[in-house]
Amino acid sequence: MKLNGAQIVWECLVREGVETVFGITGGKVIPLFHEMRNYPIKQVVMRHEQAAAHAADGFARATGKVGVCIATSGPGATNLITGIANAQMDSSPIVAITGQVSVPELGTDAFQEVDITGISMPVVKHNYLITDINQLAEALRESFYIARSGRPGAVLVDIAVNVQTALTEFIYPETISLPGYKPHTRGSIRQIHQAVDMLAESDKPIIIAGRGVLVAGAQDLLCELSTRANIPVVTTLLGKSLIPDNSPLCLGMGGMHGESYTNMALQNADLILAIGSRFDDRLTSTAGTFAPKARIIHMDIEPAEIGKRIRVDLPIVGDAKDVLEKMLPLVPASSHEAWITQIESWRVDTQSREKGWQESNELVPQYVMQALSQATKGEAIVISDVGQNQMWEAQYYQHLRAGGLISSGGLGTMGFALPAAIGVAMGRSDAPVWVVAGDGGFQMTLQELATVVQEKLPIKIALLNNGFLGMVRQWQELFFDHNYEGTPLLGPDFCMLAQAYGIPGFRVESKEDVVSAIEQAIAVKGPALIDFRIEREHNVFPIVPVGKAIDEMIRRSGKGDQA
Amino acid sequence: MSAIIEGPYMERTLVVLLEDKPGTLSHVVNLFRRRNFNIESLTVGHSETPGISRLTVVVLGDNDRIEQIIKQLRRLVNVTKVSDISDDAAVIREMTMIKVHCKPGTRSEIHDLANIYRAQIIDVALESMIIEITGTQDKVDSLIDLLRPFGIKEISRTGSMGMVRGLSGITNG
Repeated sequence: MKLNGAQIVWECLVREGVETVFGITGGKVIPLFHEMRNYPIKQVVMRHEQAAAHAADGFARATGKVGVCIATSGPGATNLITGIANAQMDSSPIVAITGQVSVPELGTDAFQEVDITGISMPVVKHNYLITDINQLAEALRESFYIARSGRPGAVLVDIAVNVQTALTEFIYPETISLPGYKPHTRGSIRQIHQAVDMLAESDKPIIIAGRGVLVAGAQDLLCELSTRANIPVVTTLLGKSLIPDNSPLCLGMGGMHGESYTNMALQNADLILAIGSRFDDRLTSTAGTFAPKARIIHMDIEPAEIGKRIRVDLPIVGDAKDVLEKMLPLVPASSHEAWITQIESWRVDTQSREKGWQESNELVPQYVMQALSQATKGEAIVISDVGQNQMWEAQYYQHLRAGGLISSGGLGTMGFALPAAIGVAMGRSDAPVWVVAGDGGFQMTLQELATVVQEKLPIKIALLNNGFLGMVRQWQELFFDHNYEGTPLLGPDFCMLAQAYGIPGFRVESKEDVVSAIEQAIAVKGPALIDFRIEREHNVFPIVPVGKAIDEMIRRSGKGDQA
Repeated sequence: MSAIIEGPYMERTLVVLLEDKPGTLSHVVNLFRRRNFNIESLTVGHSETPGISRLTVVVLGDNDRIEQIIKQLRRLVNVTKVSDISDDAAVIREMTMIKVHCKPGTRSEIHDLANIYRAQIIDVALESMIIEITGTQDKVDSLIDLLRPFGIKEISRTGSMGMVRGLSGITNG
């Protein structure tokens, strides 16, 4: 059967199980979208290509399937880049399809021509420029395989417009031949035995769980390992929710804004078992100061992550599920009672710090996050933005649903939350979807409120509005002489703005209105926005200054009991 | 247990096999820039297997950094093999063409130098000669030093290529 290139794209997407794509049309993808009508695939029309990439990313993280975004050539393609880089940094499987000028025009600086394969090269797992229709089906087949297998990532397929209209006999490639691409999924039994021995010798073990555990679907195995051997679990930001936050063995997020007991546990451990985490600098601070007393076992599917930042005593390359399945039966039960008691004793400092905001009558973000957590029973999928809001969410929303936190970890992309939530809501109707954002990040992609309304998505937005680019303001306060250069923001009336899109908006200015506003927003059938006018100069504590070890944190504000 | 310690920098020779597809070479070159590595030299051409190119790249780095760049190269989808041949019994050669000024009085002196280095004179003109030399980088450097007083007009070096001695080797099998 002869098909044109556009039809071949949709044929391949249908075979990959794609039902939703996030996109914006444009000159060089008109033929592609023209053929979509004959296929069971829906396009969510976004308002900016960056948002399309974030939506595909959010969809992928929430469903475990490959997210797809589509944009035209030139500015459409360049606008995708931030979203592509974001997905790649956090190992989220997306395929980005872009239109390109026709083959005869390539390289002539034609209207809306950019070399997007060149531009995207450092931020993708792989990419293709399709100039021959006979390469198209194979490239698409490979793209999805590469995006989802091994350590997932972003793949870009740039398709010249005349390829979209050219005709060829459509043959779907049944097999994939990629001699240079062989993900290491199976852990070595010998190394697993060594790891078990090291665990048995350890008096003060800690597990670090990262997003790789979720990607592998190994969260139950993680909890089983932790429970059986009584090993406390520290998570990365993206590892949050892998172990329920109310579990006694859950120590929460470690690192730059980790609780003092969490970071003390890491610094005093004699063994660290890191699973699906890449020892990011937000977790470890300066590499040479991290976990000085610990032997380190690093379990990761990506060989290049082993030894990249931290010297490892025992590497285990493989899929977390495969490795943990093999390891669990070998791990003897133990109690680590003294160690757990010691960690508990470190919690006292945190408890005394918490008293500060708990007893405060001001509208503080900690209280908002705690109230949101209680109102949603810890069961919401929360998509947090970047900055202070992200840290308060991670510290005070008690996640009880695995995969309940989606955030931009590696790239730290402000404006991620709202568009990503669109992808999450498209993929998941089984859980309430909440955006937690600051007023700064929210204003970077708030045009997507239109998409939320157009798709009738019941996304709730909790805006922690302090009229500042708050995390930078906090750094300026603590480390840059209170010089608030470029951080104060004059925002719009967010409730009126939401209403302009047809979204109910609630403004909260005092502590006693928090719970009722959240309940009202939940009661709204569709989307809703709450503008929490929080304390303007509230800080995230603890904070580890640059260059310090993670237990050399500033635990609380010097200006009294604010935190 | 502790951070990666910066060690002494050494020159390492890597052999990379990659699928001969559009963009593959740029992916490799881009990677060095992205991971903040300097390339001393890079040569590329066909290998014994159709569709597979062979690249020799000489880089500077300590052990840990070299190990990291090898792993990063292996991540590239179209790269099929990466080997560090620096510690192997390997032959490493580069070819260089040197255009040097000459006049009737110096021509034979240059010719003698070339002979000592088993270099070939591949072009002779009234006021210049082109000398072709193949050898290790050191050998090429030392001939260049000797020719410099005569006045060097142009140098074109291929960069190093390497091959492990004996039956074993780096093939796409």
